[in-house]
Amino acid sequence: MKVLVPVKRVVDYNVKVRVKSDQTGVELANVKMSMNPFDEISIEEAVRLKEAGTATEVVVVSIGPQQAQETIRTALAMGADRGILVKTDDEVEPLGVAKILKSIVDEEQPGLVIVGKQAIDDDSNQTGQMLAALLGWPQGTFASKIELDGDKINVTREIDGGLQTVRLNAPAIVTCDLRLNEPRYASLPNIMKAKKKPIDEKAIADMGVDVSPRLEVLKVTEPAERQAGIKVESAAELVAKLKEAGVIG
Amino acid sequence: MALDLETRDQLLSTIRRFVDERLRPIEDQVSENDEVPEEIVQEMRDLGLFGISIPTEYGGLGLTMEEECLLLFELGRTSPAFRSVIGTNVGIGSQGIVMHGRQDQKEEWLPKLATGEAIASFALTEPEAGSDAASLKTTAIRDGDHYIVNGTKRYITNAAKASMFTLMARTDPDTPGAKGVSAFVCPADAPGISLGKSEKKMGQQGAHICDVIFDNARIPATCLLGEEEGKGFVTAMQVLERGRLHISAVCVGVAERLIEDATKYAAERKQFGQPIGNHQLVQAMLADCKTEAYAARCMVMDASKRRDAGEDVGTESSCCKYFASEMVGRVADKAVQIFGGAGYVADYGVERFYRDVRIFRIYEGTSQIQQMIIGRNMVREASE
Repeated sequence: MKVLVPVKRVVDYNVKVRVKSDQTGVELANVKMSMNPFDEISIEEAVRLKEAGTATEVVVVSIGPQQAQETIRTALAMGADRGILVKTDDEVEPLGVAKILKSIVDEEQPGLVIVGKQAIDDDSNQTGQMLAALLGWPQGTFASKIELDGDKINVTREIDGGLQTVRLNAPAIVTCDLRLNEPRYASLPNIMKAKKKPIDEKAIADMGVDVSPRLEVLKVTEPAERQAGIKVESAAELVAKLKEAGVIG
Repeated sequence: MALDLETRDQLLSTIRRFVDERLRPIEDQVSENDEVPEEIVQEMRDLGLFGISIPTEYGGLGLTMEEECLLLFELGRTSPAFRSVIGTNVGIGSQGIVMHGRQDQKEEWLPKLATGEAIASFALTEPEAGSDAASLKTTAIRDGDHYIVNGTKRYITNAAKASMFTLMARTDPDTPGAKGVSAFVCPADAPGISLGKSEKKMGQQGAHICDVIFDNARIPATCLLGEEEGKGFVTAMQVLERGRLHISAVCVGVAERLIEDATKYAAERKQFGQPIGNHQLVQAMLADCKTEAYAARCMVMDASKRRDAGEDVGTESSCCKYFASEMVGRVADKAVQIFGGAGYVADYGVERFYRDVRIFRIYEGTSQIQQMIIGRNMVREASE
């Protein structure tokens, strides 16, 4: 079974994100970028399926600027076989991404698409679901376990109050959650070998999809600064203060 | 062959992340238990760290000296005990074979050393021969198809884990000094080799040294490194010269770590109603540290690039080792000073680094030996 894994280049999770002074977005100039951590989990899972002999090929795709190629290389160093870079310097919204991915899926015909449940930059948590809808494929979201069983895919999902296991008919979409696995470090020899793996470049224009923005960002602001708290001497005082603040009746 | 920038950056950011996520959190534990956990050693094997300096045709990464130094700047940002795990395979233990080994010796050892399956140690120092390495007393006397080795090697890093020693011994007892010394690729399991107890050291807990005792040890004659006897001292000196850049890069890494920690502390710790980093006398200490570490970084980069380009950098390597090891000593001292009382207690880890870095001025050539090499080379060149 061929597995397709979309990866996104985002601001590194260690970076303290700053809002641009004109409030149109966050500062990206000279900021360290790396692979969306949820996508690392997707890659790890796909590579494990390949190592276990259940997946035959792992294809990574990234939509973004030329530098997104580095993110693809990271995935190739972790063990993916080849990459596809859909090059664009514009911001693409989740629906646009899903449309592009559908076009890639139509061409590649994977049996399974593993996507991160969300990207840590916009936290949309939409792409996987939208892609499933566009393709008319079954979806297993927030996976903490994936098992391939012939042309069935058993997905254990993390839901409120416990775990739910769903059985999907391949081909299907799975979005992964944090606890699915612990991604490996790409080994140094594999980083060097990744350079020799192929990366195809594609243009959105050739796909015949409309990715024009449907959303308008009005303003991006920093979260309100937290006010200093106060210390109370007793439970009675605490209750009084809570009443005063209007949080209890 | 040098890597392209993108691949090199990926390599370095992987090491940085490994250091941040896996090594730094267990620095105290490693020091406390005097052991780098096997799980971490395995991760280092999986990463390919043991093979960074071994040529690609033998399964290593074949990094250039410049790349190796850049990688060590990163690996230096944590307890040097971690570096020591791979140190002898990357440096002094393996490079004798890489530089002068016969084809069969390269094929037998380098692939195992590159994966970390085998550990190599460097056995030069003796109870009575340290800086004056040419005076070593250990003998290896040819006896048919074998050499019989007798003597004691001292302070041998990673000896207890070693599968192989790059051993320096006197094959011609009648020739005193350097010319009578040969190098061997000595299997650690040869009959007649035993180990002393693990030494208690000032710092770098988790890295181990001990005596290696040769008592009529019989090793096959094919263990002679290269083709002929009497080349051992030259080999040892070439190996050490390369190692000097390696150690210098580690010194820079540790210094940069200490500067980062001290600067952060200075920004948080308040005295006289403001962060101590606002006080000029503290700023002066930080500025001195930064300036010196930057100078050492530039020296290491310059010398390693020139070495890669084929220049003889014997003098420059010694300049790097001399300056970088002394520099990190001064930086560690100032870091303790900036941390104040917190620098003297164990919880903050600064006093641990202060002890850890002391060895850099001693091993692989003391500061005094570096001065001697630099001065002697200068005078020799002037009189040529």
